[in-house]
Amino acid sequence: MSELATDRDIDRSKMSVSENAAIEIINMNKWYGAFHVLRDINLTIYEGERIVVCGPSGSGKSTLIRCINRLEEHQAGSIVVDGIELTNDLKNIDKVRSEVGMVFQHFNLFPHLTILENCTLAPIWVRKVPKKEAVETAMHYLEKVKIPEQANKYPGQLSGGQQQRVAIARSLCMKPRIMLFDEPTSALDPEMIKEVLDTMIELAEEGMTMICVTHEMGFARQVANRVIFMDQGQIVEQNEPEAFFNNPQSDRTKLFLSQILGH
Amino acid sequence: MSDLSYVRKEMLAEQSPPATEIGIIGWLRENLFSNWFNGILTVLSLVFIYAVFSAILPWLLHSSWTANSLNECRQQVDAAYGLAAEGGCWAVIRERYLQLIFGFYPSDLYWRPLLAFGVALVALAPVLFTGLPRQMLWFSPFAPFLVPWLLWGGAVWLPLMVIVGFVLAYVVTRVLSAVMPGLLAVPVAALAAVLWWLYAVAPINDGLTVLIANQRIDAVATDMREQADRLPGEIAALDSRIADLRDQVATSEAEKDALFAELEEDHGSEAARQAVLQAIADLRGPRDALAALEKERLGLNEDLSHARSLLAGIEELPALRERRDALLAEQRMARGEEAEEIANQLATLDTQIAGVVDELGRVGLVPVESRKFGGFMLSITIGLVAITVSLPIGVMLALGRQSNLFILRAICVGFIEFIRGVPLITLLFVASVLLNYFLPPGTSFDIILRVIIMVTLFASAYMAEVVRGGLAALPKGQYEAADALGLDYWKAQRLIIMPQALKISIPGIVSTFIGIFKDTTLVSIIGLLDPLGLSNAIRANTAWNGIVWELYGFIALMFFVFCFSMSRYSMWLERKLQTGHR
Ligand SMILES: Nc1ncnc2c1ncn2[C@@H]1O[C@H](COP(=O)(O)OP(=O)(O)OP(=O)(O)O)[C@@H](O)[C@H]1O
Ligand SMILES: [Mg+2]
Repeated sequence: MSELATDRDIDRSKMSVSENAAIEIINMNKWYGAFHVLRDINLTIYEGERIVVCGPSGSGKSTLIRCINRLEEHQAGSIVVDGIELTNDLKNIDKVRSEVGMVFQHFNLFPHLTILENCTLAPIWVRKVPKKEAVETAMHYLEKVKIPEQANKYPGQLSGGQQQRVAIARSLCMKPRIMLFDEPTSALDPEMIKEVLDTMIELAEEGMTMICVTHEMGFARQVANRVIFMDQGQIVEQNEPEAFFNNPQSDRTKLFLSQILGH
Repeated sequence: MSDLSYVRKEMLAEQSPPATEIGIIGWLRENLFSNWFNGILTVLSLVFIYAVFSAILPWLLHSSWTANSLNECRQQVDAAYGLAAEGGCWAVIRERYLQLIFGFYPSDLYWRPLLAFGVALVALAPVLFTGLPRQMLWFSPFAPFLVPWLLWGGAVWLPLMVIVGFVLAYVVTRVLSAVMPGLLAVPVAALAAVLWWLYAVAPINDGLTVLIANQRIDAVATDMREQADRLPGEIAALDSRIADLRDQVATSEAEKDALFAELEEDHGSEAARQAVLQAIADLRGPRDALAALEKERLGLNEDLSHARSLLAGIEELPALRERRDALLAEQRMARGEEAEEIANQLATLDTQIAGVVDELGRVGLVPVESRKFGGFMLSITIGLVAITVSLPIGVMLALGRQSNLFILRAICVGFIEFIRGVPLITLLFVASVLLNYFLPPGTSFDIILRVIIMVTLFASAYMAEVVRGGLAALPKGQYEAADALGLDYWKAQRLIIMPQALKISIPGIVSTFIGIFKDTTLVSIIGLLDPLGLSNAIRANTAWNGIVWELYGFIALMFFVFCFSMSRYSMWLERKLQTGHR
């Protein structure tokens, strides 16, 4: 897993990190019943950042990024996304969700709709984009993820890698400012992982703000500008990829890296 | 070279499979005789099938279609197929099929239920078959108003005024949601519509009726007087023709019976058999003529009594109105018991006056009372409404049962469990007897409507559980993906969740539909004449007393046709909605 995500050189011309915070998480805590999943999370993510979150299974990575678009509710502290604070106000939640795209481990495409319909549904019904325009946008992004010819097929007729690329295109059709990825490649066979990672790298090259839970350390090395290591619901260590991999500080991080890099 | 290494030099050509795998022999082997146990089962099944068919087929083939009583059926079968022959008496179906379909609905108005079901079909078609032009959907919302009007009759403006209620609700919602939150505007709009239906529709209807009645009264009176003068003569003329024909038929029947007695005595000579069959065939014409004349006389009699009663009503009207004014004046002075007494008198007087005025001022269809409904028309009416309404209610209940709001969830669970825990018959008894206690005094609520409501509620509870099964089968990821895209609850339900949940539940939903349609036969228990109730009525007639198989067989066949089409439709739909491998 330590090998690089891509052989080509990455075009870093648009990968600039701005001063403006895209996401601000302050003293955030979350419990499942009595179980304290996330403890005192403090994290600021700036526009244009590419963050990779890693950590052992059950450490709360998924829960953290699901809190950012309120698929999970936090009980203490605050989360501000794009200047909007996440509270019980449904209006705010819907606004944040339409600004934040999310890609899941198991794709979660809508099996009863064609690929094209999957991509145009949210723009038409949430953003109220005219159908013709939505179709044009959808075809644009499907071309970008290199599967325009599948537009009229159903998700069940596509391979896993193709489905995940559709899922990315579906999120992009909402023109989000932030993209969340929750282990986008861990349900895929090795040869399909590459095609999905390629898509994600291209997205990064365009300057998208990305938070990505993944164990693809090659991707982290090449694309991320910050790697966050979580354990037992806490952020244990964060650093630039070079420093993180070559010179981890905490024992937990060292243990984790030694396991995942297979030494 | 080691033995482990091997390289194929030539590719093998394709060969046809061995003969035992293809063709009829192959099929038989594969499906019927794949091993000795299956072979024995196949042979036993064939024996069983043969036994069943050898018992039923002769009975079916030796049927009588033209007799006019069970007795004559036997004569006809004996004459045609030998004295020992057994045969079905399908003549009862030929004579009574219209009754089995329409119950006691007036026969000159059969076009109305037929048209009503045509309308219902046209309205449902674009919903059921997505291949049809979408413009057809514009017609569908009008069917619920058109169909009851066609079935029960009444003034033309009644369905229009009911529609106006919905338009009113819509307008109020639009206006109010500009000034207050939508959650408040909807109940207010609903209230406005209910008020319109309860307090505006009746007075407007009465006003219009009186207006038209007053204009027409003289013309109608002359017309009725003319009918009352003319009809008795016509009826008398018919009477004598009917009497003649009756005599003729009776003589022919006696001759036929004599011929049959002869036939029985000489144990079936060819000539005697032909003579009986000829006699029965010859009876057909005069009997049909007689039936036509009797029907005509019935119609004339009805016209006559209608003309006479309306005439009496018209003549009485001024007196009734005077008496009403007098009573109104008295009522102003009266106190206590006396006032109550006067109010009662006024009420009866009002219904009397209304009876005449409604008749005079009706622009529209002749009303048909609910107790005249019957047969498959009744089953289909109840079944169709219950089926189409229970699905949306069931979906709402299933969603309510999953809701986070405790009260809503408790109500839905309570309703579903209560209705499922009570037999349908109990609910029907509640509809026929108890419901009147709970309604405000004086309101009479149509029995068929009450039954439809009960059957619909019953079906909804089952539907809710079937839909809940579909919802439970959906992966959580579908909800999350919908949420993550920013779809709100209702949009997610409508676009993502329900299409999939309903698709999963199609077999269960259609099973419930079929069950409900067959359960409509239970209404015979509370005295409505569904096909089973009618079959009892038919057997009460001396001509058909003792007939069982043919009536129930016909009813079963009709139900089978409906239920089987529903089942085929659901299979077609499932296949159509199949997308991809998973
Ligand atoms: N709905 C839930 N109810 C109760 N506990 C939960 C729920 N979802 C997750 N958990 C628990 O919360 C903890 C964190 O879960 P989470 O899914 O965030 O872990 P993760 O870091 O994403 O792990 P993985 O790498 O396996 O995906 C786990 O111990 C899990 O058992
Ligand atoms: Mg996870």
